[in-house]
Amino acid sequence: MNLSEIERREHYLNVNYGIRSWLFTTDHKRIAWLYLLSVTLFFFIGGLFATLMRIELMTPQGDLVQAETYNKLFTMHGVTMIFFFLVPSIPAVLGNFLVPMMIGARDLAFPRLNLASWYIFIIGGAFTLMAAAAGGVDTGWTFYTPYSSIYSNTHVVLTVVGVFITGFSSILTGLNFIVTIHKMRAPGMTWFRLPLFIWAHYATSIIFVLGTPVIAITLLLVGLERIFRLGIFDPALGGDPVLFQHLFWFYSHPAVYIMILPAMGVVSELIACFSRKRIFGYSVVAFASLGIAVIGFLVWGHHMFVSGQSVHAGMVFSFLSMVVAIPSAIKVFNWTATLYKGSISYDAPMLYALGFIGLFTIGGLTGLFLATLGINVHVHDTYFVVAHFHYIMVGGAVMGYLGGIHFWWPKMTGRTYPEIWARLAALIIFIGFNLTFFPQFVLGYLGMPRRYHVYPPEFQVLNVMSTAGASILAVGYLLPLLYLVWSLRYGAVAGANPWRARGLEWQTPSPPPTENFERTPIVTEGAYAYEKDPEEIYSLGKPAHV
Amino acid sequence: MDLGFPLFPEQASTMASRVDALFFFLVAVSVFFVALIFLAIFVFAVKYRRRAEDERPEPIEGKLWLEVAWSVIPFGLTMVMFVWGAIIFFDIYNPPDDALEISIVGRQWMWKAQHPTGQSEINELHVPLGQPVKLMMTSEDVIHDFYLPAFRVKQDVLPGRYTSVWFEATKAGVYQLFCAEYCGTQHSGMIGRVVALEPAQFEKWLSGGATGVSMIDQGASLFKRFGCETCHRAGGTNQGPSLAGLFGKTVKLQGGNTVTADENYIRESILDPRAKIVAGYQPIMPTFKGLVSEEGLLQLIAYIKSLNTAERKTS
Repeated sequence: MNLSEIERREHYLNVNYGIRSWLFTTDHKRIAWLYLLSVTLFFFIGGLFATLMRIELMTPQGDLVQAETYNKLFTMHGVTMIFFFLVPSIPAVLGNFLVPMMIGARDLAFPRLNLASWYIFIIGGAFTLMAAAAGGVDTGWTFYTPYSSIYSNTHVVLTVVGVFITGFSSILTGLNFIVTIHKMRAPGMTWFRLPLFIWAHYATSIIFVLGTPVIAITLLLVGLERIFRLGIFDPALGGDPVLFQHLFWFYSHPAVYIMILPAMGVVSELIACFSRKRIFGYSVVAFASLGIAVIGFLVWGHHMFVSGQSVHAGMVFSFLSMVVAIPSAIKVFNWTATLYKGSISYDAPMLYALGFIGLFTIGGLTGLFLATLGINVHVHDTYFVVAHFHYIMVGGAVMGYLGGIHFWWPKMTGRTYPEIWARLAALIIFIGFNLTFFPQFVLGYLGMPRRYHVYPPEFQVLNVMSTAGASILAVGYLLPLLYLVWSLRYGAVAGANPWRARGLEWQTPSPPPTENFERTPIVTEGAYAYEKDPEEIYSLGKPAHV
Repeated sequence: MDLGFPLFPEQASTMASRVDALFFFLVAVSVFFVALIFLAIFVFAVKYRRRAEDERPEPIEGKLWLEVAWSVIPFGLTMVMFVWGAIIFFDIYNPPDDALEISIVGRQWMWKAQHPTGQSEINELHVPLGQPVKLMMTSEDVIHDFYLPAFRVKQDVLPGRYTSVWFEATKAGVYQLFCAEYCGTQHSGMIGRVVALEPAQFEKWLSGGATGVSMIDQGASLFKRFGCETCHRAGGTNQGPSLAGLFGKTVKLQGGNTVTADENYIRESILDPRAKIVAGYQPIMPTFKGLVSEEGLLQLIAYIKSLNTAERKTS
């Protein structure tokens, strides 16, 4: 037991104790832990909903739950996973912990605002959980009108209020990151020396700030139509139901990039560290993030090719959707090229990163099927779409998140996780994921619509395969929960830089001191200078606490 | 090889093989790139595996020609997908002029269809082979979606307006009809079947059962019952314009705007007459909102359309 080695020194975890020291902390590293605990809770709640759905879908008839319950399950699964896990996961946990550390800052620009973001997130989450406990909501996470605004008799208002409130947490986090990245970089940390993780979070923050207000106002309008019968979306009241879809997707498509861009940032760090190479085409990858964030705002209509919008609008959105695919393709090629002549090790974070590239490639290519107008008509709102976005959201974002959690775990806790178990879990997740979601591509092209509680019997075999995969996936997700908690007490002492990485966050002890760096680093090299010694990439400036 | 379950949907319309050809093109492109990436990762990961803990590979900055190549080539391929897909898309939503028009009304949770000859069906649709069929669709409540996987066509069905889609069945048989837009509790029960029949059998089916009054005649009697004739007489009156030859024409509105007299315009003019006033007339028409059903509206529109053919015959 090496407890003393970590505890001998004062750091952000042992500087003070007690519940108040956590609930009133303004330390970005502690706030990251608050988020970590909360999003983990939401992840397993959302996972529970998914598990029940997959069990129901083992048979074509509805036997485990009633239709209404099933509809609530997929709605709550989507709402929880998207708004309360995927959107905050990487930015609010890893981003919170790492953005200041990677740029050599002491904290985020607005530490109290950062804590407020977490409280807002929790209040929004409480509303949504209250809606679930009170009986749930059955509109689908997309809240399409006039079903959501007039016809559904479930807890729509409570749910949209929850999502509305949580949105402000995203906006404030985005604001905090943008200001921090602009104003608080250490001396010598120029824009093109920034790690790509920072570029990705910068791009994500732009979407947070510009996109989130639109979903907030849209959901507010749904609430107003529901409560006061204002005719905004329901044609019977003089409204337009397709208007809702435009407003909803104006945020919710960029939100896809909120979920995937940070994961791309994580993967850039992992690929560089575990092949000991600069990211091939660094500036191209950096600008690809910004390109995705900007063009991503112009493609929302590709969710609406069969909605009755004009065929010419369909053409424009199809074209732009093809264009937004290119920066993602460029990133995949550059990550792959980074491996060339590298020094590659297969630690668990790298397995997640390589898994990410593979699954994201499949997710991205099947996105082209959906962007192609003639094919979209057939596969829209089928399991093909479900499979596609799970390849991006789970195969991409969740793999990136888990890779990042493993990679920075020694930094966050001062301890290492059990490597063998972690590799095993990564493998189980990869296999379970593909078995769950690949059959859904086939189901989708066969024509099985999504959100079906009962389905024709000829679809059963593929559904059983999918459910079998989901049970493997569940084991894969429970394993890290167990061994990571175990490692908090029994893991080996990690040391400052167990991966011999070059990021600034690794040049300070693990766990870091409250002020992150004993002395402000003066950066002298770009990110990923793996050909140099760690000591060569920065020099020491003034003591941080004066 | 018979697995006992399908892996690929039936092709039962003229569109099916065209959509599938494009689909297989995308599958080929995808398989190529997935194989390329997976192979590259595998080869690099094995060949350049870390052999000593203190290895320091030479840094490589990146190559401009490579960046250009792997931007331009994928872009070119996506443009092929875009153009090819757009051509099919236009064809799916532009029905031939001679298409047989069938009315569809969706509601929670059933599909109602009415043929021009008057026959109505619920959760079933009989169509002839070799004849383009155009569906004129609306919903009584929430958004639904009319989806025929074997025909590769799908269209949202909206409350308050008409949307349409067309197909031409090529293979006799019974095919799945799904509601593809989530519409509430029994969404997955809002299914039905499309029966594609040889033309002779289709005629037999049409003449069998309760021989209905045609949609035009039903529309004509509604036209009479609601007293539309009082103002919208042939030749027109001071109160209202003539409807003969109206359908498809460009109508001049008060204030100088124009509108094409399509199904959605006629529908709006019946339910919300003051929304668009024809130039030279007063806004005196009462609304028929709540008085006429979705089916009745479609019959009225069928009747008003028929005034075009009647006019063409006389002229």
